[in-house]
Amino acid sequence: MKLRPIAAIALRQFYLMRSSPTRVLPMIAWVAIDIILWGFISRYLNTVTSSGINFISSLLGAVLFWDFFTRVMQGVTMAFFEDVWSRNFINVFATPLLISEYLTGLVLTGVTTSLVGLLVMLVLATWLFGLPFFSLGLLLLPFLLVLFLFGIALGVLASAMVLRLGPASEWLVWPIPALLSPFVGVFYPLSTLPAWMRAVGHLLPPSYVFESMRSVVGGHGYSGNGLLTGIALALLDILLAAWSFTAIYRYAVRSGLLARYSAESVS
Amino acid sequence: MSVQAAAGAAIPGAALPSAAPDYALRADGLRKSYAATVAVDGISFGVRAGEIVGLLGPNGAGKTTTINMVLGVLQPDAGDIRIEGIELARHRSQALAHTNFSAVYAALPGNLTVYQNLRFFSLIYDVPAGSNRIEQLLDEFDLQRLRNTRSGVLSSGEQTRLALAKAMVNQPRLLLLDEPTASLDPSAADLIRSRIRAMALRTGCGILWTSHNMYEVEETCDRVLFLSRGKILLEGDPRSLPRAHGASSLEELFIRLAREPLAAEPPAAPGAAP
Repeated sequence: MKLRPIAAIALRQFYLMRSSPTRVLPMIAWVAIDIILWGFISRYLNTVTSSGINFISSLLGAVLFWDFFTRVMQGVTMAFFEDVWSRNFINVFATPLLISEYLTGLVLTGVTTSLVGLLVMLVLATWLFGLPFFSLGLLLLPFLLVLFLFGIALGVLASAMVLRLGPASEWLVWPIPALLSPFVGVFYPLSTLPAWMRAVGHLLPPSYVFESMRSVVGGHGYSGNGLLTGIALALLDILLAAWSFTAIYRYAVRSGLLARYSAESVS
Repeated sequence: MSVQAAAGAAIPGAALPSAAPDYALRADGLRKSYAATVAVDGISFGVRAGEIVGLLGPNGAGKTTTINMVLGVLQPDAGDIRIEGIELARHRSQALAHTNFSAVYAALPGNLTVYQNLRFFSLIYDVPAGSNRIEQLLDEFDLQRLRNTRSGVLSSGEQTRLALAKAMVNQPRLLLLDEPTASLDPSAADLIRSRIRAMALRTGCGILWTSHNMYEVEETCDRVLFLSRGKILLEGDPRSLPRAHGASSLEELFIRLAREPLAAEPPAAPGAAP
């Protein structure tokens, strides 16, 4: 892999954001709204319940982690969608660019935009609601790593899906985090779920983050094996997503889909 | 005598000799079909270093399919493509590093400025000292005053100049130009043709050029390939071909070639759907 082509993909996104407030605003606005909304809900729950649970840490913390994962995924897909929207596939892929360089460029963009979102969330959650985010200490690293890796995997997989099904399938991408959230136990323990949903949840890396987070906030420590399982699953998902994108790209080159990519290419 | 039979010395579609000299592009036995439709039917051709080859044919003849295969965005069902001697199927990235293109159907992202587009593609092509190269191109294609203008709001002529500047950003050894002057006024088109010819002479870059402007083809191309229904019907010097085939001009020859395969088809059966 070469650095310049990877930088090109990330630089293009920077150029677009620099010149377009409509691209920057969603990075900040939605996470800010989420933190404010869930911050007040958490504060209210703290005043009306006597369960001993600190909802700011458990509920607002969970929202922050989930939004971070969502931003990573959307950062990757948004960079891909720029090529879809500007019908730029021939210009990009009729070049020496390797698929691995292209995907790395998308990931780099996802990292940058999600870190901006994370920073905004941290500032708001700490400043307005006193979220003791850093009380998780070094555990933050594996938590964020699992969510980050899984966000990349889903972003790449979603991009592969849109490459295969055409631009109109973009709407299928946006609900993916919402579809997954009941299974990973963002707001409740996996034990709450019926057996079949629990089984699905155990296959999804974020479930290990949220289980550990609740355990730590409740003063019960964390499961190292659980977090390692989460990291291993997320790495496996990345490999599967990269393989899927490459396979679909090859299909698109073989079938002519890439050369004729347009709104009418859904098949 | 049919035009095809009169092709003469050149044998269209035949395999190139293995000892062919200094080819920027060699395509052997290229074939591509979509379901029952054969878009390109086993064609072979080459573009020598410094040579400008016109790829002519009516709509649907297989020109764009051929170009897409050479660009690596469409995989042939059969055949072999070599760019600067590098096999495209096996060494895609290395082969495409020597190539670039400009096509009317592949506009550059309109939400990037002229400079940003050139910067983006200079990085994609891993051009060393990209900033210097971009400044050269901005001067050469008279784009300096537009450098901070979004390419989506440029006039079609300005967009064409930008597309050509982008096509030369990596100083390619093979350039694919799909109707490069389609949106230009006669004066601008003449200027662009002169520049492209000069570049081919200066750098030895081979150029595959499609156009429906026969005057342009006669003026610019060293050799032409007539493509119809996925086959090369004829090839040769655009200035001598018309006379050799009893036509008064390249345009007349084009029209005859484009219509001849249709005329040769059997009439539809009575009562058949139109």
